[in-house]
Amino acid sequence: MADNVKNTAKDPLFHISKRDDYSTKRSWGVRAIAIVAALIVCAILTTCLTGDNPIKVYATIVSGAFGSARKTWVTFQNLSILLIISLALTPAFKMRFWNIGGEGQVLIGGLAAAACMICLGDRLPAGLYVPNGVVVLLMVISSIVAGAVWALIPAILKAVWNTNETLSTLMMNYIATQLVAYYIIKWEVPKGSGKIGIINQNSNLGWLVQLFGNKYLLSIVVAAILTFAMVIYLNYSKHGYEIAVVGESERTARYVGMKVKKVIIRTMLLSGAMCGIAGLLLVGSINHTLTTTIAGGQGFTAVMVSWLAKFNPITMIFTSLLIVFLERGAGEISTTFGLNQSFADILTGIILFFIIGCEFFIHYKINFRKSAKEEKENDD
Amino acid sequence: MNSSHKSVKINGKCRFWHFPLFRFISHMEDTGLDKKVAAVTMRGVSKSFGSVIANDKVDLDIYKGEILALLGENGSGKTTLMNMLSGIYFPDEGQIFINGEEVVIASPKDAFSHGIGMVHQHFKLVDVLDATENIILGLPGKLNKKEAAAKIREICDKYGFDVDPDQKIYNMSVSQKQTVEIVKVLYRGADILILDEPTAVLTPQETEKLFVVLRKMREDGKAIVIITHKMHEVESLSDRVAVLRRGAYVGDMMTKDTNAQEMTDMMVGHSVTLNIERPDPVDPHKRIAVRGLTVRSLDGILKLDDVSFDAYSGEILGIAGISGCGQKELLEAIAGLQQAEAGSISYVSDDGRKEELLGKDPLKIQEMGVTLSFVPEDRLGMGLVGNMDLTDNMMLRSFRKGSGLFTDRKAPHDLAEQVISELEVVTPGVDTPVRKLSGGNVQKILVGREIASAPKVLLTAYAVRGLDINSSYTIYDLINRQKKAGVAVIFVGEDLDVLLEISDRILVLCGGKVSGIIDGRTADKNQVGLMMTQVGGEDNGR
Repeated sequence: MADNVKNTAKDPLFHISKRDDYSTKRSWGVRAIAIVAALIVCAILTTCLTGDNPIKVYATIVSGAFGSARKTWVTFQNLSILLIISLALTPAFKMRFWNIGGEGQVLIGGLAAAACMICLGDRLPAGLYVPNGVVVLLMVISSIVAGAVWALIPAILKAVWNTNETLSTLMMNYIATQLVAYYIIKWEVPKGSGKIGIINQNSNLGWLVQLFGNKYLLSIVVAAILTFAMVIYLNYSKHGYEIAVVGESERTARYVGMKVKKVIIRTMLLSGAMCGIAGLLLVGSINHTLTTTIAGGQGFTAVMVSWLAKFNPITMIFTSLLIVFLERGAGEISTTFGLNQSFADILTGIILFFIIGCEFFIHYKINFRKSAKEEKENDD
Repeated sequence: MNSSHKSVKINGKCRFWHFPLFRFISHMEDTGLDKKVAAVTMRGVSKSFGSVIANDKVDLDIYKGEILALLGENGSGKTTLMNMLSGIYFPDEGQIFINGEEVVIASPKDAFSHGIGMVHQHFKLVDVLDATENIILGLPGKLNKKEAAAKIREICDKYGFDVDPDQKIYNMSVSQKQTVEIVKVLYRGADILILDEPTAVLTPQETEKLFVVLRKMREDGKAIVIITHKMHEVESLSDRVAVLRRGAYVGDMMTKDTNAQEMTDMMVGHSVTLNIERPDPVDPHKRIAVRGLTVRSLDGILKLDDVSFDAYSGEILGIAGISGCGQKELLEAIAGLQQAEAGSISYVSDDGRKEELLGKDPLKIQEMGVTLSFVPEDRLGMGLVGNMDLTDNMMLRSFRKGSGLFTDRKAPHDLAEQVISELEVVTPGVDTPVRKLSGGNVQKILVGREIASAPKVLLTAYAVRGLDINSSYTIYDLINRQKKAGVAVIFVGEDLDVLLEISDRILVLCGGKVSGIIDGRTADKNQVGLMMTQVGGEDNGR
C-alpha cells in the first residue's frame, strides 16, 4: 500500500490527544523529570545572568531551609501556617466556591486575637485583672468567630443572591487590611511609631503555650491535627459528601434533597474559622504582634497549594513544603550571594512553572507527524 | 456494493486493488448505470481517546445523490467518525479522499473548504443574533447582510426551507433553529451534509418536512449522511445503511433490501427482539392527582397552565409534547423540585390517605414516606454526579441513613455491585467515575438506583434519549417490570412510536396546556402529532 500512496496533502506537524492511561508511578516520574528540567534551566539562567556557580546556589537554597536546627524549625512553622490556610480553603474549593479571601480571614482572626490581648492586658483600668487562661480562651473563640464571620458574609451573598464569590471574598480582604491598619494606629506603641510592637512583652498575657518548651511546636501540632481531621471530614463524613455533590452539581444536590444554601454557608463558616485559627497562631504564638502584612500573602499562596495538591489534604503537606522550601531558600540566596530578592523569585517562578506545566504531559499526549521514512518502516 | 465485488473479479490480479483511488476508479467504471460517484472515501481511519478506541480502521464510502444512514449502538463511533470528516477531531491514522483526492482535514475550516458541513445534535448558534448573522458568522470577506440575506432566501426557495433571515434565534422553535443550522452549512457551499440525530427534537410533522427537504437535496446531487436511532426513519428516508459496531465498520446494504430486525441484529452483533410488551394494568388505584397546576419559570414565562390529570398504580402514563412544552416542569413539580403558582399535587397512599406534595422539597417528600423515584432528563447533570464512582452515586439516595456523622459506604457499594450484575452494566469496576461509562450504562445505573428503593411512583424523562436500540429495550423492560409491580409510572418520551407502544394512556401537552388525554392502545400517531402543536388537535390555523 505504501508505495502507491503519494502523500498529496501534508499532515499537521503534531496534534494533541487526551490520555488517561498513565499510572501513578509514571505520573510521578514525569513530575520528577519536570523538577530536574527546571533545575537545569535555573542553573543555566543563574550562570548566564550572575556568573555564580549554580550548584552552590542550590546548596544555599537547601541550607536556607534546613541549614540549622532553628532554620528547620522555622521552615516547618511556616509550613504549618501555610498548610492550615490551604486546608481551610479546601472544603470551599471542593464545593466550587472560590474563596480567595483567606488573606482577609486570617488577618481578621489575628486582629481579634490581638484585640483580646491588648484590651484585656495593660489597657485595663488599674486594679482589674483577667487571668491568662480566660484571655487565651477568649482569643481562641473570638479569632475563630471573626474568621468565620468574614467568610459568612460572602457565603450569604452567594447563597441568597448568587453574587460572584471571587469578587466578594477578594473585597473582604481589603476591608480586613484597612481595619487592621486602623487599629494599629489606635493601639500603636510607642505613639507615633505606627507599630504595635510586641504585645504584653512583660506579662506575656495571651501568649499561647509553648509545647515541650519549644516555641515552634504549637502551630505544627495544630496543623497536623487539622490535616488529619480534614481528611476524615472530606472523605468519610456526610458533610464532606454533601460538599462534593454540591461542588460537582448543584442540581444533583437539590434533586436528592440537599439544602444547597445551608451547605454553602456551613462550609464557608468552617473555611473562615480555620483561617481564623491561622490568624490566632500568627499573633498569639508566632509573632506576638499585629501588622497589616502578617498574613504575608499566604491567603493567596494557599490557593495554589490547594490546587497543586488537587484538594487532597495529604498531598497538601508536600505542596506547601515545596512552596515554603523555595521561599526560604530564595531568601537565603538573596543574602548570601548579594542577589536581590527578585532573582530568587525568578527561580521560584521557573520551578513552579515546570511543576504545574508538566501536568499537561500527564494528561495529554502529543502525536508528532510520522516522517516518511518511519511510515514506510511501519508499513513494511 | 455489488459493483465492488465485481471489481474484485475483474481486477483479481491487480496489485493496486487495495489502493482506494484505483478502487474508486474501478467503481466508477462498473457503476456507470447506477451513476454512483463517491463524494467521500474513508480508508483505514482510526481514532482513539486514551485507551478507548472510538474508530478502528474504518472504511466508508459516501456517494453523491444518496442518503446514507449511519447506524450503530451508543459508543460505536458514529459521531466520532463524522467529527473527523467535519474537522472536529483529527484521525490517528487513515486516509480521507474527497472526490477521489486525498485531503487532510485538520479543522472545521478545512472541512468547509472541501464542501463538508455537519449539523450537530446540539445546535451551535448565538441566541441574540438573527439567522443571517449566525449564518455568516466567521466567514471571511466584507460584512454585507443584505447580500447574505438574499443568498439565504435563494437557498430557502431552492429547497423549500422556511426561514426568516431577520428572525432572532431566541425567538425560534427548535425546528427553526435546526433549519438555520442546515442553511448555514449550505450557505458555505457544502455538498456533503452530515446530520447527527436531527429528528431527536422534532415533532412528526416537522420531521416529515425535514425529510422532504433532504430528499430535494439528494435530487440536487448532494451526499447526505444521517445518524439516527429511529429505525422507521432509516427505512423511510435512506437509500443505503452503513453499520458500525464497537468502532469497527461492519458493512453496508441497500435500505430497500433490508429491514429493522436485520439492521438491529447487525448493530448489536446478535439477534434481539424488538417488541415492547404492554400488559393490561392490574387493579389500578389512583396514585397521583394533579389539579390546576400552574407553573411559571423564573423569568415569568408560563410553563404549565392549569394542568389536571390522574396517574394510576400499575399503569404507564405517557406524556407527549414538543420539547419545552412543560414536561420537565411537570415532572419536577411532582418530584418537589419546582415551585408552582397555583394548583395541587396529591399523593394517594394505599389506604386512601391524601398527601399534598406541592411546596415540599424532595427531602420532605421522602420523610413523609412517599417513595417517589425520578429519572431526570439530564442524567449526569442532575441524576448522577459524573466525577463520582458508582458507589458514591448509589449513595446519593441513601447517604443520610444512620444518625452518625459519617457515611456508610457498604450498602451503596453492595447496591452498585447488584445493579452491575442485574442490569449487565459494562464498567471496569465500582470505582470508575460514571462519566467514563457510555450513555446506556449511565442510564442503567440511574434507573437501577431509582428502582432499588421500591418506589410507588416512577417518573422518567426521556429515559432512552441517546441510547442505542439494545439499551433502550432493556430500559423499556425495566419500566414495564415496575408497572407490573404496581408502580405508577409517568413516562415522558420523545419517540412517538415508542410512546404509542408502551403507554396505557397518553397525556399530550401543548405549550403548557393539556391538549388531551387519549388511550394508548387506540391512539393514532398523526392525531398525537397534531395535538402536540394545537390544543385539542384541531387545525385552527387554517
